Amino acid sequence: MFASIVSYGLAVGAVYALIGITYNVMFSASRVFSFTAGMLGMLGGVLGALFITEWGLPTIVGLVLVLACGAVLGIVTEIVTVRPVLKSIDQHLYVLSTLAFALMIQQLTAIWWGTDARPFPRLIPIGPGWLDQQFWLPMLACAVTIVGLELLYRKTLIGRAFLAIAEDAYAARALGLPETGLRMASYALAGMIGALAGFSGAEILLAFFGNQAILNFYGFVPVALGGMGSNRGAVIGGLALGVFQQAANFLVGGIFAAVAVFAVFIVVLLLRPEGLAGAATARRV
Amino acid sequence: MTDATASGPVRVGERSLLGKLEGSVSWILLGLVGLLLPLLDDSYIGVIAQRAYIYWILSAGLNLVVGYAGQIAIGWVSMLTLGAYTTAALTAGTATDPWHPYLALIAGGVIGAAAGVIVGLPALRLRTFYFAMTTLGFATIVTQVALAWKSVTGGGVGTPGPVFPWPFDPGWGFYYFCFILAALATWMTANIASSRFGRALVAIRDAEVAAEASGIAKPRLLIAVFLFAGALGGVAGGLFASLQSYITPDAFTFEISVLFFIAILIGGRGSILGPALGTIILTALPEFAAPLVQWSTFLYAALLLVIVLVIPGGIADLLDYKNRRPLEQHREIVPRPDLLGRVLGGDGRSRGKSTIALRDIELHFGGVRAIDGLDLEVRSGEVHGLIGPNGSGKTTTLNVISGYYRPNAGQMTLDGAELPFALPHARAGYRISRTFQTPRLVGAASVLENVMIGGTVHGHGTFTESILALPRHRRDERHLKAAALQALATVGLESLAQVRADRLQHSELRFIEIARALMLKPAFLLLDEPAAGLSAEEIRRLGNLIKASSREGVGVLLVEHHADLIFDICDRVTVLNLGKTLAAGTPNEIRSHREVVSAYLGA
Repeated sequence: MFASIVSYGLAVGAVYALIGITYNVMFSASRVFSFTAGMLGMLGGVLGALFITEWGLPTIVGLVLVLACGAVLGIVTEIVTVRPVLKSIDQHLYVLSTLAFALMIQQLTAIWWGTDARPFPRLIPIGPGWLDQQFWLPMLACAVTIVGLELLYRKTLIGRAFLAIAEDAYAARALGLPETGLRMASYALAGMIGALAGFSGAEILLAFFGNQAILNFYGFVPVALGGMGSNRGAVIGGLALGVFQQAANFLVGGIFAAVAVFAVFIVVLLLRPEGLAGAATARRV
Repeated sequence: MTDATASGPVRVGERSLLGKLEGSVSWILLGLVGLLLPLLDDSYIGVIAQRAYIYWILSAGLNLVVGYAGQIAIGWVSMLTLGAYTTAALTAGTATDPWHPYLALIAGGVIGAAAGVIVGLPALRLRTFYFAMTTLGFATIVTQVALAWKSVTGGGVGTPGPVFPWPFDPGWGFYYFCFILAALATWMTANIASSRFGRALVAIRDAEVAAEASGIAKPRLLIAVFLFAGALGGVAGGLFASLQSYITPDAFTFEISVLFFIAILIGGRGSILGPALGTIILTALPEFAAPLVQWSTFLYAALLLVIVLVIPGGIADLLDYKNRRPLEQHREIVPRPDLLGRVLGGDGRSRGKSTIALRDIELHFGGVRAIDGLDLEVRSGEVHGLIGPNGSGKTTTLNVISGYYRPNAGQMTLDGAELPFALPHARAGYRISRTFQTPRLVGAASVLENVMIGGTVHGHGTFTESILALPRHRRDERHLKAAALQALATVGLESLAQVRADRLQHSELRFIEIARALMLKPAFLLLDEPAAGLSAEEIRRLGNLIKASSREGVGVLLVEHHADLIFDICDRVTVLNLGKTLAAGTPNEIRSHREVVSAYLGA
């Protein structure tokens, strides 16, 4: 039972971590928290099942298509819901615009795909047990994403430009960096990461439109606890959250697990609003 | 140079179209329709109306949270869920002995109030997305618990809703129950909205720093509002469970939350009639568009997106004709320093002498020593000028005194007793008030309301008294309004009392800030570059006003770049450079101080 708690917990936790990274990538580029993170995760599963099971496409083609859809949705998110409200970011209208957009996509999914959870195809037939893809696929996706992001940020010019925008958008613009283009690119990247999260975790979470709200919240918890913008915090927090949830589910039951996560979330936010690993921000007078 | 402006075209007491509507006619009409609706004897319409009343009971409270305090509580449907299950489970006796339905309904309200505070806790320190996410997460979790706690909630199968006995038994009795409670909720939220608490909420939303300087303690106020809004949500839930007659977790979809939200946004922030009409329309609409039922959430979401992107101010802004009418072009500000005595209360000479003293104050920002061992005294009845080049620490000093920065070392005393560091909202209690380098006003509120915010701490009534419009609340309102008009007359802007603050020009905003600061009846007045952006004539009048207030016994600390103003009106001047005192003394001494002249004033 211990093994199944850990493997299952780490798998779900890796999905949370990836959704957390999705939040972070969008936040770094625009100082905006976007409710589309959970939507991307939900769609990764639904679109994967659609392309591979329903349409019968090869796995790799299905994955590429899912990532492409995620990227397109990311760009649409940036253009429709983020850019128009960036001018007055202190009014935080992005909370509502991104939520509205995410809900629209969720409802379209509910109407065309249905409101029942459908199974996600088995892609690589090994297992059962620990070798089962449903356990290692999310972890692999998470590891690939982190290594990929590190390489992108450290080794490539565009990655450094991302970092520059995240550090100081104003100065980056003064240096002649194309802020708008980089922001769109970041949202496309976030779209792919979010879709990958849903795709890799869909055998556990199923292809289900209701995953959106769950992923939105549980993907945000590690970001809030780890400090916004910190991918390391998101990964550690996400994995810990996944294992804790599974352990509590098995040992004390689902009610306690849900309430405990929420309680920890509130308490940490109250004691350390900037997150356990984040830095305090300056005053505003 | 005449007094033509004082009798300008903007009349005091003028009210907008929406204001008039909101005042009475619309509410009476709505009430009559509600009262007489049972005459139709159409139970289908009755059910729709009951649902609208129930939704409005929740939205009315949520409106204070969202529309007034500006907190994005998107998951407030969780209060409906909690109230519904509490009332249903207690009545059915699945968790305890069966309760009387009316008592169970009250319990639903209590649970809702408690949940409102818990969900609201993060909002006390953080705003916006974190709070939005907390409410959303809470909604998710409440549904999960409702599904999992089968013995009490019936899980996915559900549980029967309460049936209220006579006099509000199912049918038109229950209809009137919902109607009465909806009317009560409207009345109570309207009372809060028009009280000093309502203005304080709006101040927190749009000018949080100024709200603190006016002595508004954000946590206490928000907790009260979350309690109230949660309780209304819980009661709405209990009624909802009875109306549904059988509840399952599916009944509490996120769609309902979006509906509440759109109703408030469409109606416009800071309005009550708008959101009420929005709730009624959005509740009724799907009933008349049956083929669209499947699409209703999608359409709600699309509507939300359109509102946010196209008319973030809501319909109330579109209808706000009053603020379309042009103001007079060449307005003049003619302060009346002779009124100061009345505004400040009593005879200036009778007020005691007091002193704020700073000793060896040091403040570092990282490696930068913004203030480096500063001594300073501000005495009542004196104007103390603080000058120096940019970055010399003038505004920083003012922020230390008013509690926005916590110094790393040093002492600060008021008449010998320690004046605690930080705690900006506590300064109003010491009667220390201030203005800001960039005026911080609530653009959407009228000038009069902005000024009234400055007197928030002088109210005596409690939040509960304001909800119920008890005598102390009404007396507070009368006094605050009279005092605010007096303060506006003193700075020469009473003719603009009813105008939205965001329509005024820069110099007027500066004087409004002074009026707001005067509302505190301050012993000390800290002015941060009040003359910036003013014309020469306005600066002269400002100088007279400041001088007059010091003659009334107020101790003024004046941060300024206009050397003429400083030397005209200051009793003493301190010159800062790099966080240290370069020179201190009378204006004449400073004017001839060699280092000051070479470093700052120029030859």
